[in-house]
Amino acid sequence: MTTAIEVRGISKEFVLRHTRSIKEAFVWIMKGRKGDLSKKFHALSDVSLTIEQGESVALLGLNGSGKSTLLKHISGVMLPDVGTVQTRGRVAGLIEVGAGFHPDLSGRDNVYLNGAILGMSEEQIEERFDDILEFSEIGQFIDTEVKFYSSGMYLRLAFSVAVHTNPEVFLVDEILAVGDEPFQKKCIARIKELADDGKTLVVVSHDLDLVAQICKRGVLLEHGRVVLDSTVDDAVATLRSRH
Amino acid sequence: MSTIDLTTPGLGGGLKDVLRSRYLLKLLVQKELKVRYRGSVLGLLWSYVKPGVQFVVFWFALGIFLGMNRNTENYPIYLFSGIVLINFFNEALSNASRSIVGNGGLIKKIYLPRELFPVASVWVSAIHFVPQLFVLLIACFIAGWTPGVVQIGAAVIGFLIVALLAIGLGLFFGSVNVYFRDSENFVDMLLMIATWASPVLYSWTMVRDGLFDAFGAGTGGILHTIYQVNPLTIAVELFHFAFWMPTTSGVTDPLTAVPPNLLDLWMPIGVAISVLVILLGQFTFRRLEGRFAQEL
Ligand SMILES: Nc1ncnc2c1ncn2[C@@H]1O[C@H](COP(=O)(O)OP(=O)(O)OP(=O)(O)O)[C@@H](O)[C@H]1O
Ligand SMILES: [Mg+2]
Repeated sequence: MTTAIEVRGISKEFVLRHTRSIKEAFVWIMKGRKGDLSKKFHALSDVSLTIEQGESVALLGLNGSGKSTLLKHISGVMLPDVGTVQTRGRVAGLIEVGAGFHPDLSGRDNVYLNGAILGMSEEQIEERFDDILEFSEIGQFIDTEVKFYSSGMYLRLAFSVAVHTNPEVFLVDEILAVGDEPFQKKCIARIKELADDGKTLVVVSHDLDLVAQICKRGVLLEHGRVVLDSTVDDAVATLRSRH
Repeated sequence: MSTIDLTTPGLGGGLKDVLRSRYLLKLLVQKELKVRYRGSVLGLLWSYVKPGVQFVVFWFALGIFLGMNRNTENYPIYLFSGIVLINFFNEALSNASRSIVGNGGLIKKIYLPRELFPVASVWVSAIHFVPQLFVLLIACFIAGWTPGVVQIGAAVIGFLIVALLAIGLGLFFGSVNVYFRDSENFVDMLLMIATWASPVLYSWTMVRDGLFDAFGAGTGGILHTIYQVNPLTIAVELFHFAFWMPTTSGVTDPLTAVPPNLLDLWMPIGVAISVLVILLGQFTFRRLEGRFAQEL
């Protein structure tokens, strides 16, 4: 087996209070720089995770447990304070609906822009444009500015672009909630297809039943620590029993 | 199974990555232009109207009221050739300094070479520069301008000095702006000074004579050298050399029209400083970009 994602002992500390005034800083210096000017806390503590190529992993946990933060480390948006992250092949993330969509641009322009942001070349986007449009079922609205889209339409187009980027590693963060049922089914089918094609998936969702359908392995996060790494059913059951 | 190696995500190659993502750069520039002129009737025409009005104001105030028309031959062309370059710098640096915070939503969520944003800002300003250059060229041709290879070369290098300077400072202030929003206000102040600290509105001999009168030959000479080292001064003088000087006749002394040693001394200095600034900007940017996503 080949490793697709290798997370080794990463920790991430965040500052709790960002605003600092000159007065506060002055008082702090006068008092002999005792204590921390800003409080800190660990969003991730010593997280290790190895994911093989072709695995589909559900990342579970309560709000604020560090799931999105972990995905951001895998995609390279954030860098760990300690530890290392390594990935193989192109990583594409659907971290929140339509990041990289500009409300004032038409759907068409956004497909090109978002495609390029996710790493596609001009030829690739042109070649797949019709597929993207068809999958999204946006139809005639493709030339409307996306600020006039309903949230579901927005999601459809964003999701469509993302699945057509054809990455080796696909990160999905809580995006399936907005679509209507037929589209959700279609997305799930598509995600399963990707998994069958040997793509690596990391899925974050609070819809535990849904995530259990898609993924085989489940990783449970609690206060930034991995507390369970097992089958998805185990992880779901544990999460439910604990709270 | 694939043969691709494991790589560490999030470690970019700096400005080299921008060269690799030319297509994305093009789309970002197009986006910027589309969004900027959305719902505006004049659209890109605004980049003619604004400098046009600015030119008329300066021409009245300085050329007519303060008598620059009498001191400087073809003062309108002198004035406009400096204004277009300074306008380019002002717009480029102002937008580049805001580009990282302005695109925070994207930077927080998707990894991409973040240098793209300041570079795209400068590129957009370059697009706005083109119509102004056009107007300048028309005025020059009317005034009997016949360009040579040296003139055109000087103009290109003058433009490059400003573009590199704007990218370098844009990388620097754009990344610092993520941590201290004071940065963009500081840049605004800097830009206000820029127009007056380079020989756009007046001629370089007035600076020399004024400094010598006020501080004597010693200190005045040092201050004048400092004034000369400013890459914007050098670039503006290169534009004067390229566009204004060929339109002047015997009235203007060709020896003092632009500072001596402009091409063989000051031009290389200007290029060197711009390259240095871009290296410094890139260095600072790469030191700071690791924490962009969490600070934005
Ligand atoms: N840039 C930041 N600065 C400070 N704190 C942050 C930052 N980003 C995240 N945090 C904090 O880190 C913790 C983990 O956040 P994260 O977004 O990873 O949670 P999550 O598991 O995705 O939660 P949810 O289920 O609500 O999406 C939270 O307490 C959050 O407030
Ligand atoms: Mg989250």
